[in-house]
Order: sequence, then C-alpha cells, then structure tokens
Amino acid sequence: MRVLDEGINSLFMDPDPDKAREFFRRKPRAMVDKRMSEKEAVERFVPDGCYFASGGFGTNRIPNAILHEIVRQRRKDLGFLGWSATHNFEVLAAGKVLNRVDAAYIVGLEARGLSPNARRYMESGAVQVTEWTNYALSARLKAAAEGVSFAIIRSMLGTDTFKMSAAKIIECPFTGQRYVALPALWPDVAAIHVHEADMFGNSVIRGISMTDLELARAAKHLIITAERVVNNSVIRENPTATSIPFYLVDAVVEVPYGSYPGNMPYLYFSDEEHLTKWMKVEKNPEEFEEFLDHYIFGVPDFQEYLERCGGLKRIEELQKLENLVES
Amino acid sequence: MAPDYNMMELMICVASRYLEDGKTVAVGTGAPCAAAMLAQKTRSPDLVILFEAGGVAPQLPQMPISVGDSRTFHRAVMAAGMAEMMTTCARGLVDYAFLGGAQIDKYGNINSTVAGDYYRPKVRFPGSGGANDFASMCWRTMIMTVHSRARFVEKCDFVTSPGYLTGVGAREAAGLPEGGPHKIITDLAVMGFDDKTKAMMIESLHPGVDVDKVQGETGFELVVPQEIGHTDPPHAEELRILRDEVDPLRVVIGRA
Repeated sequence: MRVLDEGINSLFMDPDPDKAREFFRRKPRAMVDKRMSEKEAVERFVPDGCYFASGGFGTNRIPNAILHEIVRQRRKDLGFLGWSATHNFEVLAAGKVLNRVDAAYIVGLEARGLSPNARRYMESGAVQVTEWTNYALSARLKAAAEGVSFAIIRSMLGTDTFKMSAAKIIECPFTGQRYVALPALWPDVAAIHVHEADMFGNSVIRGISMTDLELARAAKHLIITAERVVNNSVIRENPTATSIPFYLVDAVVEVPYGSYPGNMPYLYFSDEEHLTKWMKVEKNPEEFEEFLDHYIFGVPDFQEYLERCGGLKRIEELQKLENLVES
Repeated sequence: MAPDYNMMELMICVASRYLEDGKTVAVGTGAPCAAAMLAQKTRSPDLVILFEAGGVAPQLPQMPISVGDSRTFHRAVMAAGMAEMMTTCARGLVDYAFLGGAQIDKYGNINSTVAGDYYRPKVRFPGSGGANDFASMCWRTMIMTVHSRARFVEKCDFVTSPGYLTGVGAREAAGLPEGGPHKIITDLAVMGFDDKTKAMMIESLHPGVDVDKVQGETGFELVVPQEIGHTDPPHAEELRILRDEVDPLRVVIGRA
C-alpha cells in the first residue's frame, strides 16, 4: 500500500498483531480468585519501563489507587497513553514516573486550568511526546482489540497534530479517499475503575464507558479496581451488565471510593476543593513535595489518603452532591 | 430600557441563536455548554446535546465541570462511549461543535498544543483532546473567545485542529470531509468566513464597537465587507433564563 505522507514523531509500541496474539495465547484463562492489594497489583503488573494506560476520563471513574501506588513505588520510565488524561496525568506527573507519552490531552484539567507541575514536567524535556487526538487513540485501541495492525480515521488530516504523530496517510483502494492510518496499540498494562466486579474480574460499569471497553480488550495485562467486590452469582443473575469478562483481567482490587477525588457516576461527585488544592500547591515545588509526602508517600495505601482528605464525612458530602441533594 | 449584561452573557446569548432546532451539537464545559442549554430553553427545544465522553441528549440539571462527569448523562437517552460520539461525527450526524484554543489564525485553524517551538515549548497546552476530531468531522464548528492580538495571530505556532487550513480548497485537498469553522463569537464581534477565500470576515459588531477596534485587536487583516451588521444585544428574556435557569451559580457568566 502506498504511503502518501507520514508523521515524524516516534512510535512507542509495536503494532504487530501476531506478536500480540502470541502473548494472548499464553495468557491464563482460568477463572480463579484474582483479588489482591493495590500494592501487590502494581508490584506484579506495572514494572519499570512498561507502557501504562489509565481508564476513565480525567477526573471521572479513574483508578486512582493504582495511580497513587505507582507513584508511591517510585516507578520510572513508564510509557503512558495520554488521552482525556487530567487528574490521572497530574498524579503520574507528580511522581515523575514517565519517559514517553502518546498525547491527545495532557497537563490540563478541562475548565479548571492547567496543572503547574505537569506543565513544568512536560516543558522540562524529560518526557518524549508523540501527538494524537482522543479519537485517534481510541481507534488505535479498537484496532488492537480487533486483533489487526491498524485503524483508519478522517481526522488529523492537514494539521501539525498529524505531522507530530507517528501516523501515516494512505489512499482507499476502492474510492481513492485519503485516510489517516493509525498503528494498533497494545498497552502492557491498564487499570480501570468499575462499580462492581467479582473475584474473577467480571466487571460492571454504570453510566458512560468512555474508552474503557476498547482499552480492556487491547491491554495485555488488566488491573480492575472496584467500588465493591460482589459474589459471582450477582454477575450471573444479570450477565447483560457485564462489559469486561474475567479472562481479560489479571488483578481485582477492591477500593471503595477509588475514583476520589474524581467523580464516580451515581455514587459520589468530584471533590473540587481538593482538586483545587493540588493545583494551588503545585505552584510552589517545595510546598508540593511536602504535599506529596503527606498524601502519597507518607501513607501506606489509598484508604489512608481518603482518611487524610476527610474520610467518610467528606465522602458523604460528595454523595449528596452527586445525587443533587440540597445541603 | 435596554437590559444590562456583561460580555460573557452577550457571547453566550449570541452563540445560542446560531444553534438551530432539531440539530445536534457537541459541546464542552463552560460557555459553549451554557449557549447550548440556553438555546434549548429558548428557540431550540429539540436541540440534541452530545458530550465527547459518551453522554447523549442529557437533561442537564446544572453546568458540568468535565465533559465526562455525571451531569453529562443525567437523565440522558444513552450513556455511550467516546467511540460512539466520534463515529457519529464521522458518519455526518453532528451539525455543530464548539472549539477553543490559545491561538486562531485567519483561516480558523486552532492551536491548543504548544506556545513557541514544538520541541522546546514555552508553554505546553493539553493538545487536541477531541478538538481536532470535531473540527475535522462536524459540519460546522464554532469558537467563543476573548478578542486579542495574542489570540488572533497571523500564523499559529502549531495547528492542532483544522479550520480552512491554507484557504479555499485546502480541506478538500487534505482529504478532510466538508465542514470547517462557521462563526467566531468574541467580546467585540461575530466573524464568519469569506466564501471566495475562506479568510475570516467581520459579520457583525457588538454595541459600541467599530471596525478599527476589532482590527486593532486582530493580528492579521480581516475581510471587511461592504455591509456589516450590528449584533442584536441580549434580550431580557434570554438574560433571565441564562441567569435563573442555565447558570444560577454564576460559574460561567460570573467570569466576565
């Protein structure tokens, strides 16, 4: 196939579908108890240098216990799938754990502004970047989930976003239409936060799915954090609700309020005061270090972080906000 | 007596009038969302609001903080995912999308990636997010922004999302579907694009603003047609709905 043009930045991950198939050939399918702590999940499935992806959408349904644990364990040289990444990127940037990013949306927190620390980190040159769009990254995952080496889309054409990507432009053999061809992306490991999972990893997401269904099927290893672990019979009573089956999952970590300070649909709203605190304290690097010692390095796990943020009392307030209860 | 209003209220009211009934609009948070909500509550009750993360036709109880938060699919008809939204754009079912950025040039190209040199940026901005996708695949894109020379530049440091690229015929040559920027709504004027060249053109001036003022705040030469309209200021009823129903907490309109 003739390539009409190509982006000039680096492709971080091999798009070969047969290598991916070889990996999945050996992936265990047994329906076994996969429950473990966030500490064990990160120790086993997030090694230095691996390519990591976070589920959710920035401050919504994010696997924050895993993000904190990656920082606490001082991982380094990770690759990262930076699409719709807001607070999740902010946490990883705080730990300086990255060395390469496929970027569609990083360093910002939507209407809340830009993260001062994430900006400093990305402007320092410590992290290599390749540009994409949100849809492009979702299409790359979809190609991987379909077991093929590339996807085609009609965005990115004509722009510097294309030029600074690792995509190529090809011509349709039927119509002559120009398309952007995107290499499939199989992340080494992904973490996704869900409403319910059983001990085997069968998972239920309520509300919008963002790009998590594609991500779950593209990632080689998958860590599920769940608001609660339910009995397998609960899953079997309503299998229509299952969107991630157990054979994709490597670890199940029960983390109530695990998206905090992000939003968890139907359960609790985002803690805007705490998110503002992050942005504010980041302006001063020394103060930010103390902040990280207090909230991440100085606690054994995510539950203690929640305690330091006001514990159940704060969560109850966020539950009222989520459910539009007048206070 | 003409009602008092601030510039944000003016921009939101003006933007809302472009959203026709029965059309689809992809919105972000902030002013564009307020414009879409106001349109629904005034001229366009059957305007369909879509959110990038998967919310389809929500009954918004209040302004969302994130395009993926719970409000974006509150009492929605469907809670989908990003691919559903983007493929809906690709199939030609999305009429309007709102975009924002740090820089915009005379062909409506937008920069939301870096200020300065790409590899040694002065400022790293978020990047495309879904903006390039919307700008590529929706029928009409709209921009609401403050008017200044820092923002309206001869050449963007980086073209994140396509407007008309280098002018007439350039989108087609690049392989992009038909579409492009429709209206730019600022605190000074409404601008469109000249049919012959696809260059930015003044369409209507806000009350108390003249052509020199708009040109003075723009870093490239605007097309000035023979006849320029005057923006119809916000009506009392629009302002009442905007203040009482759309943004009672003054999250957006309080920023002006």
